Amino acid sequence: MIKIENLYRSFDGNEVFRGISLEVMKGEVLALIGRSGCGKSVLLKHVAGLMKPEKGRVVVDGREMDVARGRSLTALRDRLGFLFQGGALFDSMNVFENVAFPLKEKTKLSDKRIQTKVLEELDNVGLSGSEYKYPSQISGGMVKRAALARALVGDPEIMLFDEPTTGLDPVTGHDIIKLIDACHRRLHFTGIVVTHEISTVFTIVDRVAMLNEGVVWADGTPSELFSSKDPIVRAFVGDSDGRGKREGGMHEKV
Amino acid sequence: MGLFLVKAVLFMVIPPLKFNRFLKQIRFIGLQSVVLILLTGGFTGMVLGFQGFYSLSKFGSDAFLGPMVGLALIKELGPVLAALMVTGRAGSAITAEIGIMRMSEQIDALELMGLNPYRYLVVPNLLAAMICLPLLTAIFDVVGIFGGYLIGGKLLGVGAGTYFGEMASYVEMQDIMEGFYKSLSFGVIITWVCCFKGYYAGVFTGFGSEGVSRATTQAVVLSSVLILVWDYFMTSILF
Repeated sequence: MIKIENLYRSFDGNEVFRGISLEVMKGEVLALIGRSGCGKSVLLKHVAGLMKPEKGRVVVDGREMDVARGRSLTALRDRLGFLFQGGALFDSMNVFENVAFPLKEKTKLSDKRIQTKVLEELDNVGLSGSEYKYPSQISGGMVKRAALARALVGDPEIMLFDEPTTGLDPVTGHDIIKLIDACHRRLHFTGIVVTHEISTVFTIVDRVAMLNEGVVWADGTPSELFSSKDPIVRAFVGDSDGRGKREGGMHEKV
Repeated sequence: MGLFLVKAVLFMVIPPLKFNRFLKQIRFIGLQSVVLILLTGGFTGMVLGFQGFYSLSKFGSDAFLGPMVGLALIKELGPVLAALMVTGRAGSAITAEIGIMRMSEQIDALELMGLNPYRYLVVPNLLAAMICLPLLTAIFDVVGIFGGYLIGGKLLGVGAGTYFGEMASYVEMQDIMEGFYKSLSFGVIITWVCCFKGYYAGVFTGFGSEGVSRATTQAVVLSSVLILVWDYFMTSILF
């Protein structure tokens, strides 16, 4: 579903990607981990077509994101949902208007149908009763929930999560992860989750890829990463007791 | 920056227009600037009344106060000062709003929804400014002319018939059109520069709140300078 081939990208002479290759199969959820500043969010933006690679390509469902333009890019993005680190809610709109916005602008659904769908989605993320509050009037966890509702309201086939638990307390962060899992079970999207919440996120993902020194340093199931002997992987995942959903072969590039 | 303007004009002429956003910007750029324009127009006209009367009376030509105030306002001061006021009040706010949207990834969110940010953020502002600037300039001119009369006529003794009669004889349609073309082009300059600076806040001005504040300052300074430079070129062409 998502294929990243030999991706190179640098910023002001600093090489962030030095030949990243990664594949996410349809229906699979991949956790993307790595040290701060290693390019996890940048990679996500390349997948979404918000950034263009210097070399290499990003293929989403058979189409190259970096060469897609106009209607073909719009068609690809219609199937894609993105949960931004800060939520990226429109601050001049209330929660209801934010979630309804993509439906109003992109579909021909009646106002009544949009209202039903939005209220249903807000109920799914536990935001019933907060529809008419503005982003500045709600907590960080509620902002993430509202942003998740907005990203999911169009029933996307691909979901990209950029650090969904950053800035939240452990309990709220755990709730968000559980919510993502519940949404995945309901919608069966293909997903990439950029995260530092290793112990929690590893329980809901199928695979984990670790970025280090501009390449995919390790790639395997959560269990395989936890049992890895590679010192860099060990230093990152530590002795957490997380266990993944699936088992499979792990590939380390050391 | 040139490509930004080309894209904005292109998306302005190709439908659909985001009508609600356009109306909102008409209210923000036009309606909410009226009080400021009334104040600045009135006082500019009053100052012109004083200065004009003082200068003209030296040559015994104080009867020409009306044409002097009228022509100065309609051809030059009205369009320029109204544009500078709108730059300070609305242009800076446009840059700050779009800049904050850029910093908080709201523009990225629009793009990821498959929506064109130009249609939501740039075109409504551009179109609203092109409609509002000439209207605000007209208000500025009218209030300024009456401000001039208040001083010249009521305070310094130039008769209403002389003031307005001479003005009607000397101010031609061509002068009014010159002011109209200027204010129209100033509307384009303000929204072009202010939207561009906000849209690319973070790229050229640094990140965070400091980046937005720098973008806003640059937008106001660049718009104001461009208005004065463009005014010179338009005057030399239309003279």
